[in-house]
Amino acid sequence: MARIIVVTSGKGGVGKTTTSAAISMGLAKKGHKTVVIDFDVGLRNLDLIMGCERRVVYDIINVINGEATLHQALIKDKNCNLLSILPASQTRNKDALTQEGIGKILEELAKEFKYIVCDSPAGIEKGAHLAMYFADDAFIVTNPEVSSVRDSDRILGLLASKSRRAEQNAEPIKEYLLLSRYSQERVRSKEMLSLDDVQEILSLDLLGVIPESKSVLLASNSGIPVILDEKSDAGQAYADIVARYLGEKKPHRFIDDKKGFFRKLFGGK
Amino acid sequence: MSLLDYFRTSKISSASLAKERLQILVAYERSSSSQPSYLPQLQKELLLVIQRYVDVSQDAMTINLEQNDNQETLELNIVLSDRRRN
Repeated sequence: MARIIVVTSGKGGVGKTTTSAAISMGLAKKGHKTVVIDFDVGLRNLDLIMGCERRVVYDIINVINGEATLHQALIKDKNCNLLSILPASQTRNKDALTQEGIGKILEELAKEFKYIVCDSPAGIEKGAHLAMYFADDAFIVTNPEVSSVRDSDRILGLLASKSRRAEQNAEPIKEYLLLSRYSQERVRSKEMLSLDDVQEILSLDLLGVIPESKSVLLASNSGIPVILDEKSDAGQAYADIVARYLGEKKPHRFIDDKKGFFRKLFGGK
Repeated sequence: MSLLDYFRTSKISSASLAKERLQILVAYERSSSSQPSYLPQLQKELLLVIQRYVDVSQDAMTINLEQNDNQETLELNIVLSDRRRN
C-alpha cells in the first residue's frame, strides 16, 4: 500500500519545499520507490530545489487535462533512480487543479510508488487543500515563531475536518511536527520559543528538530536536497527524521546543547 | 538558574511573552472554529429581534454553544443598559 504524505504549514517560507525535497530523497535513498509532487501551481519551486528545472517538459496540469501521460510528466531524479518528481505548472491558473484529477493521478501513482510526498503551497486555498485532501500522514513544518505556530494550528483544524479521511469518517490523518529553523542559542537566551513551548500549544508527535543552518541555502543554491549533504547539521536532522518516520529509534538532537561550566555559572549567551 | 540571574531584574522574556500571546489566541481560535457555522447569523438575527424591544448594542450580546458529553447548551448573554425603552 502506498502512503501519501503531505508536507504543509499554512505559513510560507518555513521550509516546506526544502523538507519535501529532503524527505523524498531520504525515503528513496532508503530503498523505497518515492514520488514528490509540487502542488504550488503558478509558483513552482520544487524543481529548482531538486535541481531538475531544465528537464521539465510536462507538468501536473498537462496530465490532468490529458495533454500528456503521467509517465511523460514524471522526471527521474539524477541522484537517485528510485525518486521521481512531478512538477507543478508555472503558467496556468490554479483552478486547473481539480479534486477528481488529483485523485486519479494519486491512484495511478499508488500502483507504482511506496511513498507519495505532496509539497503543499502556503495558504489554505485550493492548492493547499488538494495537497492535504488525500493524505495519510501530515508533516507539519513549523518555525519557533508566533505566526508560524498559529498557522500550523489552523492547518491542524483543516486536516481534521476538510480531508478525505475526515469526510469518510476513516482513521484520522497521522500528524507529525517538524520544527525547523531552530536556534538553540536563541532559545537559551530566551529570545525564541523552545520546543517545549511549541509542543505545549500544538502537542504533536515530534518527528525532529531541524536547526537553523547555512547548509540549507547552499543546498538550494546548487539544487541538491540538503539531506545529501551528510556532513551538515540540517542534512543529518532530515536523515534522522526519515529514519524515525520509518520506525527506527533515534534520539532527538539539536534541542539542547551542553552547557559549559562557566555558562552555567554566569548564564552567558 | 545561574548566579547572575539573581542580580538581573526579573523581566518577562521575549519567548515567554510570545508563548503567552499564542496560548490565548490559539485557545480563542480553536473554540470559535469548533462552533457551528450558523452561530454568527443566529446572533445577528436574535439581536435584531431584541433590539425591537430593548435598546442593546451589538457588543452587549455574546452567544456560546457548549458541548458536554450528553447535552448541548446554547448560552445567550445580553447586558441591558439602565435606560430601557418600552
